[in-house]
Amino acid sequence: MTDDKIAVALRGITKRFPGVIANDSVDLELREGEIHTLLGENGAGKSTLMNVLTGIYRPDAGSISVFGRTVQLKTPKDAIDLGIGMVHQSFKLVPTHTVTENIVLGLGRGFSRVKLDEAQARVATLSKQYGVKVDPNALVWQLSIGEQQRVEILKILFRGAKILLLDEPTAVLTPQESEELFHTLRSMREQGHSIVFISHKLDEVMTISDRITVLRGGKNVGTVLVQDTNPQDLSHLMVGREIKFATFPKKESRGEQVLEVEGVDALNTRGLPALKGVTFSVAAGEILGLAGVAGNGQQELAQVITGLQRPTAGTVRVQGADMRGKRARHFIDAGVSYVPADRHGVATVGDMSLSHNSVLRRYREPKFGKGPLLNFNAAIGYARRLIKEFNISTPGHATPVRSLSGGNLQKVILAREMTTRHHLLVVMSATRGLDVGATEFVRKTLNDHRHQGGSIVLISEDLEELLSLSDRIAVIFHGEIMGIVDAETARIESLGLMMAGQRLSEVA
Amino acid sequence: MRLELRLERSRKLEYLVPVVSVLLSLVVCAVLLLSTGANPLAAYSAMLKEAFGTSYGITEVLVKATPLILCGLGVMLAFKMLFWNIGAEGQLHMGAWGATAVVMTGWDGSPWLMIPAMMLGGFAAGALWALIPAYLKVKLNTNEIITTLLLNYVAILWVAHFIYGPWKDPVSFGFPMTMQFPEGAQLLRLAGTRVHLGFVFALVIAVALYFIQEKSRWGFEIAVTGGNPNAAEYAGMNAGRNILLVMLISGGLAGLAGMVEVSGIQLKLLKDISPHAAPYGYTAIIIAWLARRNPWGVVLVSILMGGLYVGGETVQITMKLPVNIVLIIQALILFFVLGGDILSRYRLVFDRPGQRPKKAALSGG
Ligand SMILES: Nc1ncnc2c1ncn2[C@@H]1O[C@H](COP(=O)(O)OP(=O)(O)OP(=O)(O)O)[C@@H](O)[C@H]1O
Ligand SMILES: [Mg+2]
Repeated sequence: MTDDKIAVALRGITKRFPGVIANDSVDLELREGEIHTLLGENGAGKSTLMNVLTGIYRPDAGSISVFGRTVQLKTPKDAIDLGIGMVHQSFKLVPTHTVTENIVLGLGRGFSRVKLDEAQARVATLSKQYGVKVDPNALVWQLSIGEQQRVEILKILFRGAKILLLDEPTAVLTPQESEELFHTLRSMREQGHSIVFISHKLDEVMTISDRITVLRGGKNVGTVLVQDTNPQDLSHLMVGREIKFATFPKKESRGEQVLEVEGVDALNTRGLPALKGVTFSVAAGEILGLAGVAGNGQQELAQVITGLQRPTAGTVRVQGADMRGKRARHFIDAGVSYVPADRHGVATVGDMSLSHNSVLRRYREPKFGKGPLLNFNAAIGYARRLIKEFNISTPGHATPVRSLSGGNLQKVILAREMTTRHHLLVVMSATRGLDVGATEFVRKTLNDHRHQGGSIVLISEDLEELLSLSDRIAVIFHGEIMGIVDAETARIESLGLMMAGQRLSEVA
Repeated sequence: MRLELRLERSRKLEYLVPVVSVLLSLVVCAVLLLSTGANPLAAYSAMLKEAFGTSYGITEVLVKATPLILCGLGVMLAFKMLFWNIGAEGQLHMGAWGATAVVMTGWDGSPWLMIPAMMLGGFAAGALWALIPAYLKVKLNTNEIITTLLLNYVAILWVAHFIYGPWKDPVSFGFPMTMQFPEGAQLLRLAGTRVHLGFVFALVIAVALYFIQEKSRWGFEIAVTGGNPNAAEYAGMNAGRNILLVMLISGGLAGLAGMVEVSGIQLKLLKDISPHAAPYGYTAIIIAWLARRNPWGVVLVSILMGGLYVGGETVQITMKLPVNIVLIIQALILFFVLGGDILSRYRLVFDRPGQRPKKAALSGG
């Protein structure tokens, strides 16, 4: 502990939850002025370790020292006082307040108008100093997810954090936004901040990190310098075996049209037009990718084709049947599966068990009961199957899904929706938050599904994923389809231009 | 001092909170009793002995528990779906009225026909009363806490109108009550006691609700809706229909409580079908909250609450203590349970002196 270059030293940290050891005597040293990546499969214990370091969880064993001093972190406030700040995956901002107000909120020092002006000036300085682009006067609801994340970063900088913990920040960012974030992180490093970064994307881990620590099953299995390693070694460390990266051959013949969308208009939650004259179709045995910057109508489109929202004009046909006036339940019965983007808020019930959640959209099927009765044993059997097939790490089927790790929760939703006998699968951000192994598995399953004649609408901001899986790619901008291109011949640059609002005719 | 969201919620606390709340409320009430010069230990032991120490006491406890179980089950079902029905008191009054209406037709027949007809009348009247706020919620998204509460006052006045007016017994010497019900309209009693068939109904319904909740598809829908309304919509559940159905049952059960009270205990419709100091319909809210959404819990807590009623009446008579002691203990229990629930979800954080924030912040972890 004489080394004054160590910002944080975790020694022998153990954290147990009912049925799992999330952290198993983990040692970790974060040096001053380094970007240190935590890598590990879903459920390896990354978030837990960070929550221990921010005083949210109390470890069962182990010690923490910050800048050479052994400390007891009893509450998040203790961590903040020591200069430790964390950006969680879901943000805790008040949408109707401005950026500055959100930043000072909770500081609890009774900010008056005058002081608010001061704060605003400081926010502006900070945002210039670290290259965090955000308007201090903007209202939070007007901001994109990426911008909201910047507010969270500013918030912890404002509190004087010297140690920043970022839990999968790039999972919700576009590649450009990720680049900007890395720029900010590097500038923080230059100014002496120490950063823990969590990500499942090995290429970005290789570009941004100084050192990398791999967790497996709650244990630290190695810390390496970035120049001494490569993605293959890292995945080997993480999973303990090779991961094969497959390419996905497209299907030669396509069948009948499964989904036909014609001239669909829809409103967003604020009552403003979100979709304008959207027309496209998806055939059996086809994956249609939908590319676009988040917030350009993808959410509304997904809701319209799954029956959760009624279009204000136009028609939606599933397997030739007009779905006008039909509810979500009829879409489910017609064989439409849906993986929404919001896994906590929409796709699961946090306090219910994994087995209950696994039949969330299927409890009406004869397989899961008779008449008015639900057969919970059948649900448990089904949940067990999902846990095995999708390699979900959980103490058991009775665990409330609230306590699953981010990636494992995503697996539960994907497993449920993908194992349903469906005709059409609508997936938003399918592999968000999944580790490399799970990502490959999900991609392969989607591909298999296509080859068995299923149809998929794949909504994503990840162009590489879209290009590798889709047969065709539609680009959406401001609620309009800019064009639909063949994935084989599509060029990334023209897709990028279309995502920025140019029509296919202008690009080609 | 601030509150912080606990990420690790404990199952133990869930059940510990109601128990500790009851104990704490007894302690606080003891202090109140001391300040009036009474001996709280003597009072409590007298209450306990009276309620659970004699066979007469026990039967009286069951008498009180009967309407409490019925109302409590109804409230519990609505709470489970996060529909805040605090209108059980009004629904109970309407149920009493609906059952009486069957008798007031002048029909004097066999109990095999009259009792089911009265049950149907009571259930239907309570259900209709509960459907008003449910419908308003579904159609206009009105706040059900306000509508159910206000309808309580309307229902009480509605009953008063009939017993002061058209249904008043001409030979009651001016008392606002109906004539005594004919024998065919009276619920069977256990010989020598006031325990009536209504208690059996209540137990049967508790079993039925348990099966609905734990074993049925519809019970699953209610649980999902209560757990995450967005997920319910995503799962294709019809929220509007479920609100109407749940309130139909919730109000119907409170209505049935009204029916068994007039047909099993009062044998006529009169003003105080529900004790003035601590009305059944409001006590049911505390019961549903203490019982943790569990029908067996409702039965158990209702019996304990019944004991509180019986014991309270006793100390009023023998120790000249105000019967309001029942209300005070109940209110304290509710207060502690609600407080305890907040503490099991959030944890209290004491800031070190010198950097104490001026405003209390409810910050998420
Ligand atoms: N609050 C909790 N209650 C119970 N178990 C928990 C809780 N939080 C985490 N766990 C368990 O601890 C283990 C580690 O979870 P953690 O969230 O740290 O994983 P992770 O490495 O962040 O995974 P991911 O990449 O999926 O986000 C998992 O098995 C998880 O189920
Ligand atoms: Mg995590």
